[in-house]
Amino acid sequence: MSNQATELAAPQRLNSLRRGLFRWESGLVIVLLAVIVFGAGEVPDFLGSTNLFHVGLNSGEIGIMALPMLLIIITGEIDLSVASMLGLSGAVAGVMFEAGTGIWPAILVALAVGAAGGFLNGFLVARFGLPSIAVTIGTLGLFRGIALIILAPRTVTGFPTWFTSIGTTPVPGTPLSVSILIFFILAILTAVVLQRTGLGRAIYASGLQPEAAEFAGIRVRRIKLWLFVLSGVVCALAGLLFTAKNASVTYNAGTGLELTVVAIVLFGGASIFGGRGTIVGLVLSLAVIGFVQQEITQLPASATIQGIKPQLQQIIVGALLVLSVIVPGRGAALRRLLRRAGSPKRTAGAQNPDVHTSEVTTSGR
Amino acid sequence: MTATLSPPRQGHTRFARAGFLMRVRELGIVLAIVLVFVAATSVNPAFARLDSVQQLLIGASIIALMGVGETMVILTRNYDLSIGSILGLSAYVIGMTFRAHPGTPIVLGFLIGIALGAAIGAINGWITTALRVPSLVVTLAMLYVIRGVDGVIVNGSIIGSDVVPRSFQAVGFATLFGIPWMAIIVVVVVAVAAYSLRSFRWARDLYAIGSSPEAADLAGIPAGRRVFTAFVVSGALAGLAGALFLALYAQIDVNGGTGYEFLVIAAVVVGGVAIFGGSGTVAGAALGAFLLNTINQALVATRISAFWNQAIAGALLLAAIAFDQWLKSRMTTKLQLEKGALREQSSD
Repeated sequence: MSNQATELAAPQRLNSLRRGLFRWESGLVIVLLAVIVFGAGEVPDFLGSTNLFHVGLNSGEIGIMALPMLLIIITGEIDLSVASMLGLSGAVAGVMFEAGTGIWPAILVALAVGAAGGFLNGFLVARFGLPSIAVTIGTLGLFRGIALIILAPRTVTGFPTWFTSIGTTPVPGTPLSVSILIFFILAILTAVVLQRTGLGRAIYASGLQPEAAEFAGIRVRRIKLWLFVLSGVVCALAGLLFTAKNASVTYNAGTGLELTVVAIVLFGGASIFGGRGTIVGLVLSLAVIGFVQQEITQLPASATIQGIKPQLQQIIVGALLVLSVIVPGRGAALRRLLRRAGSPKRTAGAQNPDVHTSEVTTSGR
Repeated sequence: MTATLSPPRQGHTRFARAGFLMRVRELGIVLAIVLVFVAATSVNPAFARLDSVQQLLIGASIIALMGVGETMVILTRNYDLSIGSILGLSAYVIGMTFRAHPGTPIVLGFLIGIALGAAIGAINGWITTALRVPSLVVTLAMLYVIRGVDGVIVNGSIIGSDVVPRSFQAVGFATLFGIPWMAIIVVVVVAVAAYSLRSFRWARDLYAIGSSPEAADLAGIPAGRRVFTAFVVSGALAGLAGALFLALYAQIDVNGGTGYEFLVIAAVVVGGVAIFGGSGTVAGAALGAFLLNTINQALVATRISAFWNQAIAGALLLAAIAFDQWLKSRMTTKLQLEKGALREQSSD
């Protein structure tokens, strides 16, 4: 392997340059620049600190939940219970605070509940070998249901000022919200682990070739188990930040956010089949969606789009998501279409790992 | 390989046993429904009254209907997450038609919903199969796009019961010999789908594709066309569900049907459809929807808080997949043992 690498050094460097230019992340940078330039032109003070603060505030928790989601998706699994865990964590903290335990025990117990919920997911997936998509649809209902049982229909308020100020004041000296700062710190940590450690390589290997990874001595199931626990804790943290931001707790906080989180991870270039995805892509994807959202809410009132702003955002997110799966494989897909047009007998197969493998081989060359 | 070794009768009984297991799985759900029903009735006798039972059937029908389409898609190892959004858009467009042309025949209302859903299903299916991209991502994107388009059309307004014709609303509550029309529609759809899945080649192929895409390809099954069809059926049924939604609630706003995709998948999986395709029945899916709805209404009738519903549904889903896994592993071991025994026999 290393011999080959030295022999092929020159063409490989050229290839890697070309690959760098055509990477999905490069496309995201261009999209992000376009979004920012458009915003700067249309929205007054778009890059001012107030606006930036709101972009961070609105995307903070989503980004935080997206980090473990990225790792889980890289291993070929999925966690659809993240938003319910966000809601459950807030509910647990709220109920405890209401009972007079003080804020710190409430926070600690909420995080512990996150770990326990994540462990339940991980245990069912890694030890029993149950499909994560079904397990986490189950816990999506279960976690939200427990939040409903312990809290609904009440709303808990009256948190200490220092706690709620986390959601309303920027980190001193910066336009960053606390949540987006935590996201950046966690993102850097995750990136280091993914790119620079054996664990990171093991995570990619678990998704790319689970059996080969097992034979290579990687404890695939243990990695998955702990990634789900991590996801639970991190989502519980996101739930606390969400609570601080709203200065109140309701059982339905963040309902439906799981799909936004998945969309952001996939738009960041991760493959739903596992084995592929980067933190850089995720950060760029989060930024694009965050800026688009801010742009739409801040666009000067014009009669045509005034009433449909949230919908416009949904359409844009959906369209970007479709592009993110079509564009990277467009060469292969076009060839396939042409081939099909040439010989009508051959029809495309069902969605299968074929897409995935073809992408791997092209990027491997 | 083993087909040449084992006499055809052996293979036949093996299939029969798989069918039997599936029926056992469905019987289990029926049993659970009966248990819940009896328990709820013993606490609150009113639960067994005719109108209460009618409500059980009506309440399950929309999820059951979408469950039939989702089953077809999941059988092929694909997912359709866009059905909740399709329901919302379909219901709204039908309502809009009634608002603009108050004299529209109600049958046309249903047809509009079905056609709209089928068209969106065709888009899902085309992107998934022709461009060979994962359906989970495609339909997740469509969930957003359709909901967005819905919002643009709705633009803050609400379709209320004043524009939905009484005769259309009647579909939501009227009964025939005591059976709600909603339930009759679902039973007819389930029966047609179940018959197709047993008897028609295109539908049997869905199982083959989900069991082993490679083997299906080698067997010459046009997987792309079949998966496309499954998505069209799923879309069309979600569109029909939109019509029933409008008939039942007589109003629709921009949020109608939000989150239904997970309710439907949960019902389908509780009903014994394997999440990775290849196994399951539409009757099971419909029974799964009926069980979840019965539990929901039993919680209300017994005055145990309805707040428990979601947690119980989630726990039930986990139990169902754990049970299926256990059943599968048992069956695999058994089949392997039989295969081993056959090999020994033939080598003797």
